[in-house]
Amino acid sequence: MASDAITVPVGQADARPWVDELHQWLTTVDHKRLGILYIVSALLFLAVGGVEALIIRIQLMHSHNNFVSPEVFNRMFTMHGTTMIFFVAMPVLFGFANYLVPLMIGARDMAFPRLNAFSFWLSFLGGLLLYFSFVGGSGLYGAGSAPDVGWWSYAPLGARAFSPGHSSDYWTLALLVSGFGSIGTAINIIATILCLRCPGMKLNRMPLLVWMNLVMAGMVLLAITPLSAAQIMLLIDRYLGGHFFDTQAGGSAVLWMHFFWIFGHPEVYILIIPCFAFMSEIIPVFSRKPIFGYPVMVAATVCIGFVSMSVWAHHMFTIGMNSYANSFFTLTTMVVGIPTGIKIFNWIGTMWGGRIQFKTAMLFSIGFLIQFLISGLTGIMMAASPFDWQLSLSYFVVAHFHYVIVGGILFALFGAFYYWYPKMTGRMLSERLGKWHFWLFLIGFHLTFDVMHIPGILGMPRRIYTYEPGRGWDTLNLLITIGAFIQAIAILVFLANLIISYFKGARAGNDPWDAWTLEWSTSSPPPAYNFAMVPTVESRRPLWDLKHPEDPDSQYE
Amino acid sequence: MSAATASFPNTAAGWHLPSRGKVAMAGLIIAESAIFTIFVVAYLFYQGKSIAGPTPQEVLETPIFYTICLLSSSLTIHFAAKSLARDYRRLFLALWLLTIALGSLFLFGTAMEWHRLIYERGLTISTNLFGTTYYSLVGLHAFHVTAGLIMLSLVAIFGFIGRVRVDQSNRIEVLSMYWHFVDAVWVVVFTVVYVLGR
Amino acid sequence: MKSSLGCSWRIALLIFWSARSLWAFAPSGSSVHGTNIFAPTSTPAKSIVDLSVFVLVITGIIFVVVFALLIYSVVKFRGRATDAGREPPQVYGSTQIELAWTIIPILIVVVLFLATARVIHAIQDAPEPTAAVDVTVIGHQYWWEFRYPKLGIVTANELHIPVSDPDHPTPTFLQLLSADTDHSFWVPELAGKTDLIPNHPNRMWMDPERTGIFLGQCAQYCGVQHAKMLLRVSVDGPEEFARWVQAQQKPAVEEAGAMAGRQVFEHNACMNCHRVEGTSADGRFGPDLTHLMSRATIAAGAAENTHDNLRLWIQNPSAIKPGSLMPAMQLSDADLDAVVSYMETLH
Repeated sequence: MASDAITVPVGQADARPWVDELHQWLTTVDHKRLGILYIVSALLFLAVGGVEALIIRIQLMHSHNNFVSPEVFNRMFTMHGTTMIFFVAMPVLFGFANYLVPLMIGARDMAFPRLNAFSFWLSFLGGLLLYFSFVGGSGLYGAGSAPDVGWWSYAPLGARAFSPGHSSDYWTLALLVSGFGSIGTAINIIATILCLRCPGMKLNRMPLLVWMNLVMAGMVLLAITPLSAAQIMLLIDRYLGGHFFDTQAGGSAVLWMHFFWIFGHPEVYILIIPCFAFMSEIIPVFSRKPIFGYPVMVAATVCIGFVSMSVWAHHMFTIGMNSYANSFFTLTTMVVGIPTGIKIFNWIGTMWGGRIQFKTAMLFSIGFLIQFLISGLTGIMMAASPFDWQLSLSYFVVAHFHYVIVGGILFALFGAFYYWYPKMTGRMLSERLGKWHFWLFLIGFHLTFDVMHIPGILGMPRRIYTYEPGRGWDTLNLLITIGAFIQAIAILVFLANLIISYFKGARAGNDPWDAWTLEWSTSSPPPAYNFAMVPTVESRRPLWDLKHPEDPDSQYE
Repeated sequence: MSAATASFPNTAAGWHLPSRGKVAMAGLIIAESAIFTIFVVAYLFYQGKSIAGPTPQEVLETPIFYTICLLSSSLTIHFAAKSLARDYRRLFLALWLLTIALGSLFLFGTAMEWHRLIYERGLTISTNLFGTTYYSLVGLHAFHVTAGLIMLSLVAIFGFIGRVRVDQSNRIEVLSMYWHFVDAVWVVVFTVVYVLGR
Repeated sequence: MKSSLGCSWRIALLIFWSARSLWAFAPSGSSVHGTNIFAPTSTPAKSIVDLSVFVLVITGIIFVVVFALLIYSVVKFRGRATDAGREPPQVYGSTQIELAWTIIPILIVVVLFLATARVIHAIQDAPEPTAAVDVTVIGHQYWWEFRYPKLGIVTANELHIPVSDPDHPTPTFLQLLSADTDHSFWVPELAGKTDLIPNHPNRMWMDPERTGIFLGQCAQYCGVQHAKMLLRVSVDGPEEFARWVQAQQKPAVEEAGAMAGRQVFEHNACMNCHRVEGTSADGRFGPDLTHLMSRATIAAGAAENTHDNLRLWIQNPSAIKPGSLMPAMQLSDADLDAVVSYMETLH
């Protein structure tokens, strides 16, 4: 039963000149608006990164293709990876965190609204800086333009000697700038969660989304900063004659790898943990049961946070570490799979005995569970380092991480969109378009990324602009490309849904899903001040307590 | 079930949460510690690996006096914050200015040291691995000292025009957390560069 | 563990390999093999396949079990129209179940780790027998330099190694170095890949049990023509290998008719980058050309070693491999033809 403790009539705002509206958006410090700005900017970069992916796929459609030159291809995969990680995934997750965390803890805004705005604009301008490289990155022999060193910019490829011109610098500076934005947001999230919870919301009563964003923010502080440090070192090498990664002066290319992956591995957990958060909110509501094993879910997340800081060199199994180091990282990588697996079991346990409603958000969540399971298992395969000596740097690993990022993160994000769009806009997304979106995307995704494992097994390395005929890779690559286009169509359906539903969607009301966390107790969209009165809570599901006063959760916690 | 009059339970009394300024500063300190750790790791890793050029043993002189200055500034800022909490504004300002003076003296010492190293001993950031890692690490720290001094000076200006009172105590404490962090980093850098590194 | 794989798995492996071998096989000897990691021909590659089958079986079982539970719950507990307004029993958790599905994964991890650690050690810490052939591999943008220090041979892009008889093993041990940026040596059917990193020497080995040509390519992005840094490993029988070694150890063939071309070669900048043993050309920046005609391909596999390709390559390398570091020498047609004739004498 929906709760409408607070209902703000829709359409009360007076019509304003668009300049005024634009000014409001550009100068806002409201966490909800900043959340939406993060999400919208991420969608813009998603479109650009998606086009880059399609260019890559067209070029690889068959052997010895020349749709684009090798130089352009190398820029495409560099920019695709950099864009998707830093300017799509991180911002969209920060956006949802921004929007939801204060609402879920009964606060009126984030702890530092102006820092919040500053962090967003740093992040966004970092993205613009990266793309400015297409225009401004001129260099030796016209060797500039967008960066083409891969999104890891391995040493010494990123050094002045091998990357003359400024393209590499755009990569470095764009990430440095947006990195500082990320740190600002992380500090904000932590301070908000620790200092602004409403009365009664002890730490063990916070929604799991809040817990998981807390862990994620802590990891951001510890993981993004090594990348910032390494990038400062790279700039010192490139511009001040430093020798951090200068192998001719005794420097170490491997040191860059260590620093990068000390960032790079926790980074992917930073991306997936908020998606665990979405699942932990959506699956219970559409199963009509509380999350199974709340304390274990919290403990597992914290555990993942810690252990994930110790696995980084599984990205470096082929660089010639000794057998003890390889064994150590094999062990830690396998160990981190344990709490991760436990979470999958808990989600299934939540669904077990429930009454599952197959709304679009739930369809994407079920897709997430299956795909995350598979990608976790291919991860375990590569954790066995000798197996990784074959699979690393091939299309198998490309398939694996896209399985996690697209099949896991993006599916969870789609679920989050369908679930919280009503709260953000006051309108429901079309279930019909939603199902088209889901099935089209599912088919395209599996066509591309299931098949993609095979060229890896057949010896196809990554980051190659073309390949030899007769290796057995042609047909497989064609299938992968077809799947990519199907996914592109599905994304267009999704974008259409977002736009059409904004004008024509059914009115959502406060609580369209009959859910249990605090954001559903206020109007859709919430007023600027979030809650008329700061709520007090006595359990993990305050709205369940309100709706079921005869059987409140507080009796069982 | 009637939702019209449903409302949340009454406000619980005694709900105390930490100060957001302090939590934020703690977060910043954690992040900065990670950055410094990476530079320290690079310094330690490259010890003894320079192919040519001056070595630490040959050219470094332990800056004991300036270290004492910086570490004392932690004491003075601590007492400054305490004074403000008791609303002894003059004492606060005096101790605050002393902190700035000691910090500036430290920076002056670093500048002298670098001048000597560059012009007398020929060690620059591009000379060899030691030069690169030394100037980066010490320089990163000096940058943070500078940023801290700028913030302290701003507060000093506010203090002079009478805007810093006991109500601003919490903010002063947050700032002094930062200053203590800068000092703690110096303890680590000092140990790594001037003790372990030789 | 390898020894405890048991009968059924060995049979499964046998079937696996047979199926694979039906794939792209010509009679052995001059047969060109594929790049399938599940068609191993050497001990490291085989150990990897054995381990991977073990891992695949375990992860396969995990997948089947969890997937079944998921599908079951989706089907059995789907909401029905008659449910509207009624909530199912609110279950918050179960300590026993949590313990069970914590302990079982821990046990699985222990087993997997131990199996893996054995193979890591077996491959990486294998001692080098005295009969081994030593090759130093130096990665360049975008070609492979091969040196046989004990045999006094320097060649490029196409590696010749002896077949190894399991009873009297003659493995090849590779030392991996780099002259510029990072590369990776990957010939899937012979071994897992190992990177070539400047200032960080690496070591790998292989003991192929079958003769033939094995293909591979650079696997670590090294710049614009990373895709065309191909590998061609010729595993030769003992006599064939001995013959190849002898031929490679000789200095360049000197043919009177090639003098004109040799003049062009030595008076232009060619000799600054390339070496032809027995002449004054001693450049190290580009591939050694002393026995160019003994190679099936040029430009690290980018083109077949034919007259036309060779001519085009020398005239304008970017036509075959844009971004290659060899500049177009702007030779006149006469000079170009002379140089190509000279190259074609270098057997």
